[in-house]
Amino acid sequence: MINMKTEEVIENLPELAKNLKKHREVLLANLVMIGEIPSPTFKESERLEFLLDRFNEAGLTDSSIDGSGNGVGVLKGTKGESSILINAHADTVFSSKTDHTMQVSSDTITGPGVADNSLGLAVLATIPYILKELDVELEQDLILLGGSKSLGRGDLEGIRFFLDNNSFQISQAICIEGVELGRLSYSSIGMLRGEITCRVPHSYDWSRFGDASAILTLNEVINKINDIRLPKRPRTSIVMGSIAGGTSFNTIAKDATLGFEIRSESQEVVESAGQTIQDIVMEVSSKTGDDVELDIFAKRSPGGIPYAHPLNKCARQVMKILDIEPRLAPSTSELAALIDKNIPALTLGITHGDRIHKTDETIQIEPIYKGLAQLIGIITAIDGGHCA
Amino acid sequence: MLELQDWIDKNTYHHSQFWDLKKLVETKEKLGLKISLCLPTLNEEKTVGKEIIIFKSELMNRYPLIDEIAVIDSGSEDDTLKVAKNYGADTYLAADILPELEPKKGKGENLWKAIYQLEGDIIVYVDADISNIHPRFVYGLVAPLIYREEVKYVKAFYDRPLAFSGNVRASGGGRVTEILVRPLFSLFFPELTAIIQPLSGEYAVRREVLEQIAFPIGFGVETSHLIDVHHKFGLEAFAQTDLDKRVHENKPTISLGKMSFGILQTFIKRAKTLGIFEKAEHETILRQFQVTKDQYEQNLIEIVEEERPPMIEIEQYRKKFGR
Repeated sequence: MINMKTEEVIENLPELAKNLKKHREVLLANLVMIGEIPSPTFKESERLEFLLDRFNEAGLTDSSIDGSGNGVGVLKGTKGESSILINAHADTVFSSKTDHTMQVSSDTITGPGVADNSLGLAVLATIPYILKELDVELEQDLILLGGSKSLGRGDLEGIRFFLDNNSFQISQAICIEGVELGRLSYSSIGMLRGEITCRVPHSYDWSRFGDASAILTLNEVINKINDIRLPKRPRTSIVMGSIAGGTSFNTIAKDATLGFEIRSESQEVVESAGQTIQDIVMEVSSKTGDDVELDIFAKRSPGGIPYAHPLNKCARQVMKILDIEPRLAPSTSELAALIDKNIPALTLGITHGDRIHKTDETIQIEPIYKGLAQLIGIITAIDGGHCA
Repeated sequence: MLELQDWIDKNTYHHSQFWDLKKLVETKEKLGLKISLCLPTLNEEKTVGKEIIIFKSELMNRYPLIDEIAVIDSGSEDDTLKVAKNYGADTYLAADILPELEPKKGKGENLWKAIYQLEGDIIVYVDADISNIHPRFVYGLVAPLIYREEVKYVKAFYDRPLAFSGNVRASGGGRVTEILVRPLFSLFFPELTAIIQPLSGEYAVRREVLEQIAFPIGFGVETSHLIDVHHKFGLEAFAQTDLDKRVHENKPTISLGKMSFGILQTFIKRAKTLGIFEKAEHETILRQFQVTKDQYEQNLIEIVEEERPPMIEIEQYRKKFGR
């Protein structure tokens, strides 16, 4: 910090939160324009080009789209010996066919993906502008990463590519999510994500079983997964998050798919539950004669920084000053990729929202200023060497 | 009549030609121009906030192209004014401007009162019901006025991707434009057919022009502007900018009937004043538009409505039926 001392910034955070309202239109305009560009996983390029335009307009050198389609901008620090990475994933769960019109009322903005993660990306786009307006100059380089291919089958491909191939000395990192303000994730849990697909084989003898149906077979699989005994400690759960199958009321379903995730504080438990599901799949397949297929496409290992890590302490202190109630929760998002690279990192939320992942996903505008002040506070604290 | 294709080539722009906002703002400042944005509203709470945020951020904070954003409202019953005020627009009730005049209710009233209330040398009017709003809706219209002194009135047109095949597709306005206004202009004001979307609600105009033309209060305001500005300043005063896609709620046919009725009244009034109907001959060429790659071209179709007399006047007929 050159123009202002870290302590000064931290002490003045509540004041800063109020002053950030001045930049409301710039942030919200970025949010609306970003949010209206559809950005399903693997198709984030248009959204990231917009981000790059913003970086270029803000005079960020070395802005580019990297080999994995990430949008990267670098706000040069005065010393630049090391770098702080700020990351927001650019993809959303909505398809390009969804109407992405954003609606702005006096206190809220509504539209698909506005919270997850158009707001995160809009913050990334606006940070250079705000730091300049606040006359904040950092010593370290600030790397702004709009990550591609993060969600679902993207499996953090974008950020992993960046971490494998960049030449920066990244000291610490912050991942930004639109919601929830107060979120403080500093560890990743073990995770295994996959799909189970049941198909009635073409050669099926239709005369023998009037009740043949991929949905019934999948139901069998689900019942068996539900019977898996999971330990209370380490905490473990199996989320059966999505289901699809069949075509109409009166046609036997030829295929059915379950999307699930095993999550646990222990890697061993994740793997053993994964093995049990593998066994269930084989058992049901041989009993019913249907094709039952297990596809595991994402894995995470548990890890992260301890509760008492200076970065963590620092974040809690900033939140306390801003009167934000911290909600500690592990994460399986980009944080996991940073943990794998032993980079101390946090995930933060910016505001409150609801109806997440619905087309009328909504965020509140007023808490954003606190969310931004929190981010700026933590960045300046890291830059001032208080978090290592 | 001017060579219309020549006019179209010289005066038709695409907003992307004006991407360099820094240069645009520098030129504006050098000329000492003041620019006002007017959003006429009636129950537009769903879209007005977004418009203000985007124009304020992009064209006031980042690039100071516009000097004021004003919402002039016809008496909305929803939260239009509250939302607009919240995001920092100047808000006015049309009835409160020039209160000594008998108030009238209609979009044209708001546009007209903006001339009195706003300070700009240029006023740019943008409808408040556009859901895919973008800064181009303003800079695309203002830029020809900043770069070309002789241009006085810049009209928007939009891409309406109707069914098309090969490289050529029909282009033009909405239903009322193609069914009513374009045929009328082709008949009586063929030069005005060079305006691709005569009814678009977005335009930027110099004050010196606005203060000299009358404003129908209702649906006829765009049509009358074109006829009056053309009459006073000629086609050379116009330019038009392609603003790509504009998304808004589609109106049912019955509403288009009302709109057409208003436009016809305005048209007839002006045609009478200008003595157009007294002319012995009118044109027989319908002028429509098509796009070939990036080129806008007029498509001239000769339509002569020949007539047969009443059968009773035909000798053979009378002979056959003994009449």
